[in-house]
Amino acid sequence: MHADPKGVLTGTHYLDGDHAAAEGACAAGCRFLAGYPITPSTEVAERCALRFPMIGGTFIQMEDELASIAAILGASWGGLKTFTVTSGPGFSLMMENIGLGIMMECPCVIINVQRGGPSTGLPTLPAQADMMQARWGSHGDYEIIALSPNSPQECFDLTIEAVNLSEQYRLPVMLMMDECIGHMTEKVVIPLAEEIDIVPRRWTREKPDTYLPYKPCDDLVPEIAPLGYGYRFHTTGLTHDQRGYPVLNAETQEECVGRLMDKVNKNAENIYHLEKHNLDDADVILISYGISSRVAIPAVGKAREDGIKVGELRLITVWPFPENLIRELAGNIKAFVMPEINYGQVVLEVERCVGGKCKTRLVGHAGGWVHDPESIYQAIKEVAQ
Amino acid sequence: MSHTDVVISGFGGQGVIMAGIVLGKTISIFSDGFATMTQNFGPEARGGACTAQVVVDSDNPIRYPYVQHPKILIAMSQEGYEKHEPNLASDGLLLYEEELVEPHPGKRDQIKALGIPAARIAEEFGNPMVLNMVMIGFLAGTSNLIDIEPAKKAIAGCVPSHFIELNHRAFDKGYEYGRNKLEALKAAGSEV
Repeated sequence: MHADPKGVLTGTHYLDGDHAAAEGACAAGCRFLAGYPITPSTEVAERCALRFPMIGGTFIQMEDELASIAAILGASWGGLKTFTVTSGPGFSLMMENIGLGIMMECPCVIINVQRGGPSTGLPTLPAQADMMQARWGSHGDYEIIALSPNSPQECFDLTIEAVNLSEQYRLPVMLMMDECIGHMTEKVVIPLAEEIDIVPRRWTREKPDTYLPYKPCDDLVPEIAPLGYGYRFHTTGLTHDQRGYPVLNAETQEECVGRLMDKVNKNAENIYHLEKHNLDDADVILISYGISSRVAIPAVGKAREDGIKVGELRLITVWPFPENLIRELAGNIKAFVMPEINYGQVVLEVERCVGGKCKTRLVGHAGGWVHDPESIYQAIKEVAQ
Repeated sequence: MSHTDVVISGFGGQGVIMAGIVLGKTISIFSDGFATMTQNFGPEARGGACTAQVVVDSDNPIRYPYVQHPKILIAMSQEGYEKHEPNLASDGLLLYEEELVEPHPGKRDQIKALGIPAARIAEEFGNPMVLNMVMIGFLAGTSNLIDIEPAKKAIAGCVPSHFIELNHRAFDKGYEYGRNKLEALKAAGSEV
């Protein structure tokens, strides 16, 4: 299915990442945004407040982020493609209902333009320190999908991908931007609507009397019934059976939560979106995501000038984590080097998968600015010896 | 031009970010080059320090988006000058608002420093907000970074339609001031 031309601002634009993400949401078919303004994400909502009325969408500025996430879950059940946008403090407030979205299997997207934390932290300055919160922030066991763009063009492209993934796998998908990417302005090319692939809502073809709202298809994802067409069913945050009714025992928990995990893990090979350069003969592999992937470029160049064989692996999909690839690479190299604007989050997953087969070096800091490329270069040089 | 790093620095409210957007748009949309703009500002809407960095390349997409040693510094506040001038490349170009910035004479002789009373010029247009476009015009007049026509197209896409003409005139005035300044320096025997 192609994008609805009404939402696609085809052309060449000079946009920052926030505005590009807003255009990505319009192009992806999102027609409902409930949000509460917070730096450095406000421009996304601001642009949608302007654009949505022109394309038949609705923007509501809610009283807070708790209400924002609740409203988009409701709109998702109502049949719309929907998203919300926030930064760290608002992301924290959304955690409870992110869990509800996962349990009820609501397609929706949450954009987090990360800033320095904890608490209100650094409103206008960058961090990448909400990565584990995206993975584990709500209580209970679940798997999540999180993407991380490194340019305004990717903010456009990956917002569409996030919306598509949320429809395909029926879960909240996180777009983990950072302040640098959100406020970086570059050329963004928006293609023709017919060049943009859109995943439609997975409406059921079952009759109302035989429809089971949580009966999975072969890919472990259940189909959705359109409201107002005679389908009567129940949905809940409680552990439920295929009818959607609470069944509070260990067997149902295993079936219900096990499937929420499996629908991401068993489809992971179809979800991964990675950028790989020079991995085959590398001695050291730089793993990065978001702005840190671009900050590392001079460091990689300088190390290569020194004769060090450096490969690059960029996690465009951060969650699910490409475990098998890391395990495989770890057996062939001396070390992974990972710059992150935090004190070590995604690097913990790298270490877990490496399992001692090679060195793992974090280049981290507390946020407020990007790395000095020299610090990344020094780390590469040290581990290459 | 190949690769040129530019820093524009001033106060919030002076149009620093808008100047960066006009510069970036001129190059990446209306010329054949590439330009990435990043920005740095505090939580205050007005009055705080504000910086736009524009990395420009005529041939290749920008991968590393930050500026360490700018080739061109546009200083619209003393604080911005003090902060960024030490990083200016040794053969760099300093363009400054001469009533808001007092450069330290003789500090770094090899840097070309050119001043313009841009705030006064903007006030003469009846709108101090066009200070930033005077500075962008001055940049066009004193360097080969951007051409007039693409810059004017970029300006037209960045300001409300009833302000386009005013901004174009502000740009022209800055450009003309820059050309005259270079001519005067040439006439005085300076290398420009």
